Amino acid sequence: MGVFQNPVFEYVRSPDQDAPAPVRHAVAVVGAGPVGLAAAIDLAQHGLPTVLLDDDSTVSVGSRSVCYAKRTLEILDRLGCGERVARRGVGWNAGRVYFQDIQVYSFTLMPEPGNRRPAFVNLQQYYLEEILLEQARATGKVDLRWKSRVVDLRQDGPGVALRIETPDGAYGIVCDWVVVCDGARSPLRQMMGLECRGEVIRDRFLIADVLMDADYPVERWFWFDPPFHPNHSALLHRQADNVWRIDLQLGWDADPDEERRPERVVPRLRQMLGDREFELLWVGVYSFACRRMERFRHGRVLFAGDAAHQMSPFGARGTNSGIQDADNLGWKLAMVASGMAPVELLDSYSDERVAAADENLLHAARSTEFITPKSRMSRTFRDAVLLLARSYPFARRMVNSGRLSVPAVLRDSALNTADADLFAGPMTPGAPAADAPVVVNGELRWLLECLGNRFNGMYFAHGMSVLPGEVAAGIASLTLDRIPVETRVVVEPGNPIELPPGVMKLEDYEDLAAQRYDAGPGTFYLLRPDQHVCTRWRAFDAQRARQAVLRATCNEPGRSD
Amino acid sequence: MKLTVEANLADPDEFYAMLIEAHRDLSDEQSQLLNAKLILLLANHVGDPEVLRQALDAAREGIA
Repeated sequence: MGVFQNPVFEYVRSPDQDAPAPVRHAVAVVGAGPVGLAAAIDLAQHGLPTVLLDDDSTVSVGSRSVCYAKRTLEILDRLGCGERVARRGVGWNAGRVYFQDIQVYSFTLMPEPGNRRPAFVNLQQYYLEEILLEQARATGKVDLRWKSRVVDLRQDGPGVALRIETPDGAYGIVCDWVVVCDGARSPLRQMMGLECRGEVIRDRFLIADVLMDADYPVERWFWFDPPFHPNHSALLHRQADNVWRIDLQLGWDADPDEERRPERVVPRLRQMLGDREFELLWVGVYSFACRRMERFRHGRVLFAGDAAHQMSPFGARGTNSGIQDADNLGWKLAMVASGMAPVELLDSYSDERVAAADENLLHAARSTEFITPKSRMSRTFRDAVLLLARSYPFARRMVNSGRLSVPAVLRDSALNTADADLFAGPMTPGAPAADAPVVVNGELRWLLECLGNRFNGMYFAHGMSVLPGEVAAGIASLTLDRIPVETRVVVEPGNPIELPPGVMKLEDYEDLAAQRYDAGPGTFYLLRPDQHVCTRWRAFDAQRARQAVLRATCNEPGRSD
Repeated sequence: MKLTVEANLADPDEFYAMLIEAHRDLSDEQSQLLNAKLILLLANHVGDPEVLRQALDAAREGIA
C-alpha cells in the first residue's frame, strides 16, 4: 500500500487569454475544493457549463476534512460518484467517548437498516477531491483552470468581471454568475469587503495523519482528559489505506510552529499509541472560528462552504454543510440562468442555507463550550457532567464531543407548500427525502437513486390494481409542463398494476418507503430537484402540484420578476 | 409548570445542615464541583425545561 502522493495538475493556457476582449461565460466557480467541485458537477448535470478556477494545482495537501455524512453521500450519489466515495472510504455508524480511562458514552448514529449509505464514510479529502475531479471531467462541461488566481472582481449590473492571474500573465473574463468556494479565508470575500461575523475560538489543536496497522474497530473515539494526554481532549478516526486521523487539543498558549515539529509530535503520539509501529504522514496545528456571512448572495456572486460559514470541526459540519450548500444552489442557479425562474430563487438559496448554517453553528458552539470551556465555572460543570456520566445515564447524554452532522430540514422555507393533510413522521415539507430499498423491474435498487435531479413526484398506490384515470392523466400532464414533474409510482411488492409508458414503478420492498413517508394509497409527495420534500397530500391533484412547483421556483403569479 | 417557591421542605433546618455538612473539609474548588454535580442531578430530577428556566432566572436575579 503506497502513501498518497499529491498529483501536480498541469497549468494549461486558456484560449480566453488570447481573446481580443474578455470572453463571456455563464458561471465561474472559484475554488476547486469539495464544495466548488460539487457545485460545478451539479451545474453541469443541469446543462450549465462552468469555468472552475483554482489558484493551486493539486488536491488537498493532507487529509483535512475526513467524515462524510449519509446526506452528503446521497448528494454524491445524485452527482454520480457516491459509490466510488463509499467504496474508497471506511463506513461507520458508532462512536465512543472516554473520560480519563473509562468509557462514559457510546452511540449508534443509524440504528435503522434499509438505507443505502451508512451514517458516515471516512475518507481523506484528497481522495474525495480526486473522485470529484474525475466526475467533473466526465461531464465535459467543467473547464478546469489550475494556477488561476482571481485577483479582481467587479460587479456591474449585467455581469461580473474577473481578473485572473496565471503563470503566464493575467487576463479577464466576464461571467453571468460567480460561485465563491474559496475556503475559510476567502480572498474573494475580502476583495468584496464582506464580513464573516462570529467568534474566534481560543484553542489550538494538533492534527496528524498516521499510517499504522491497527485493529481498532471503525468507530469515532473521543477522550476527555485521557491518561496519555492529560487535561486535554483527543480524537481518533480511521481513514482509508490504514491511515488514522488523530486530533489532540493543545490549548491556546501552544506555539503552533513548535508543536508541528516531528520531534515534538512523535513523542505525543507515542504516548497515545504505545509501542505500536506508526509512520507520521502529515501534521498541522489549527484553530477555528464559529461565524458566517450575513447573507450568501451578493448580486451575481454566491458564497458557499467555508467561504460563507465556518465552525468547529467536531461534528463534521464543515464539508458536509458545504456540499449541502452546493446541492441547494445547483438547481436554482441552473433555473435562473436558463430563464426558468426569477432571480429571487437565488435569495432562497441564501435564506435556506443561512438557516442551516445557524443550526450548524448552534451545535458547533455548544460542543465547543464543552470541549473548550470559556470560564472556570463552565469547566467545573463540564467536569461535573463527565464525573456523573461514569455512573448515571442521564449525564451521558449531556456529554458533548461534537453532535455529528445531520442534514438541515428547511422547515421555514418560502419554497415549501405547507401541509394541508395530517402526516406523522419526519418527512415534513423541507426535509431531505428518506431512502428505502425498492425493486425496479425485478432488480433491488434504492428509492433515492430512482429519483432524478429535477422535480419528482411519488405517488403511493399500495393495494391498487389500476391507477385511477384522473391520476394517470394528471401524472402525464405534469411531465409536459414548462417545469416538468416526473412521477414514480410506489406499490407493494409483486403488485402487477399497469402504468402509463414512461412511469417508473417502484416496489416497496419491506414496506419501508410507505412507513418512512407515512404514506397510504393515494398519497402524493412532490420533491425538489435537490431531493428535499416540497409538499405532500393524501390525495393527488395535478393542479395543486403545479401550484407547488410554481411556489418552489418563485414563479407564482403576482411575484415580481 | 410553575417553579415552586412556596415552602416545600418539611424540615428546612435539616436540609440546610445536610448541605453544609456535604461541603465539610472541601477546598473551594472541590465545593464548586460538588455544587455543579448537585445542580445537574437536581435538574435532571426536575426535567421540565420551563421550571428550570424560571429557577435560573430567579437565581440570577439581583446578581448582575
